[in-house]
Amino acid sequence: MSHSVIVIGSGPAGLTAALYAARANLKPLMIEGLEAGGQLMMTTAVENFPGFPEGIMGPDLMAAMRDQAQRFGAEMRRGNVTAVDLTRRPFTVTTEDKTHEGRTVIIATGASAKLLGLASERALMGHGVSTCATCDGFFFRGKPIAVVGGGDSAMEEAIFLTRFASHVTVIHRRDTLRASKIMQDKAFAHPKISFEWNTEVEEIRDPGEGVLSSLTLRNHVTGATKQLGVEGLFVAIGHVPNTTLFKGQLEMDGNGFLITRDGTRTNVAGVFACGDVQDHVYRQAITAAGSGCMAALDAQRYLEHEAAPEVRLEKSPEVR
Amino acid sequence: MASEHIQTFTDGNFDTGVLKAETPVLVDFWAEWCGPCRAMEPAINALAGDYVGKVSVGKLNVDDNPSITMRYMVRGIPTVMLFKGGQIVDQIVGLVDKTTLKQMVDRHL
Repeated sequence: MSHSVIVIGSGPAGLTAALYAARANLKPLMIEGLEAGGQLMMTTAVENFPGFPEGIMGPDLMAAMRDQAQRFGAEMRRGNVTAVDLTRRPFTVTTEDKTHEGRTVIIATGASAKLLGLASERALMGHGVSTCATCDGFFFRGKPIAVVGGGDSAMEEAIFLTRFASHVTVIHRRDTLRASKIMQDKAFAHPKISFEWNTEVEEIRDPGEGVLSSLTLRNHVTGATKQLGVEGLFVAIGHVPNTTLFKGQLEMDGNGFLITRDGTRTNVAGVFACGDVQDHVYRQAITAAGSGCMAALDAQRYLEHEAAPEVRLEKSPEVR
Repeated sequence: MASEHIQTFTDGNFDTGVLKAETPVLVDFWAEWCGPCRAMEPAINALAGDYVGKVSVGKLNVDDNPSITMRYMVRGIPTVMLFKGGQIVDQIVGLVDKTTLKQMVDRHL
């Protein structure tokens, strides 16, 4: 059986796409993916999603979006997509245990935390290096730690981690933060947070011991290096789009983000993309949700045109 | 989700239940407040069902069992460690799918 719409990914973009597609009676199938719920599952209070004046916890917001999409008939499948074939119709989307067919596919696979790329970082992942403050902050009660990054996520992590850590050093490679003014003000005002500007993490020690004990920092303006004694390093330097599945099938930019045109269309007719997988500019829960809505409406229109050939937008392959 | 094949490891029973076990033992370090740990639960449960008799699978709550958590220097969860003959033979840090867990286990059977 072929589904009208298959949504890959279950963050704000995917869930909003599923909600709109379900309300259009398209009975969407959603493959939730490994990191079901997306990046918001790893956050605490979300204070900038309209409609929640007191803020809402990230996981609670995602649970509510999921319930809402399900209420209108979206079918949710746990599990990860392992392969897609977007070169033939119907499109196929394969998970660990099954291959699903879809007349349209909405890609909302989002983005995952970017790493520094040091060998020592990989070796100490889970033993001092982390990309998830809400997961791992607990292990650093009363200990000095560092956060690397200068955006909103980095500030949020730094502020959250002050609950546990004795001190938080924010390491940023520029001399100003990219974070929003309100987050900057919170971080600057916090007595437990200090900053290392124009600075990069050169080495994480000590992989040989199996535990993080210090960082070698380099100030790239003065060229000076120094050791910073910390037990934890939280990496919050941005995200990379989850597009490995689509390599060679969909058009991407140099950083791997899917390229969309005329709303949410990819270069393959019938395949749409929304949320962080195609957005390296805004990257907000609300913009992801907005583009998820657009993708569902675009898919709905595409299916209507497909059903009514006289107003068909795309030419069908030549019939012999 | 059936989890009758999942054992509960603690600071108290770890040495007997894991280190002295006859079969390899997969230990899932987790906590209530860890979203990714909950997300990985179905994969852990399914794996336990598939490997009955070959690998025992259990969970260790890091909140309640600080001494084992410290002993293995676990500072991030979910962390899954595979023990064989009392030694760690492999580990995975962070959320992974069942296929990845299976591949790790199969390497050591």
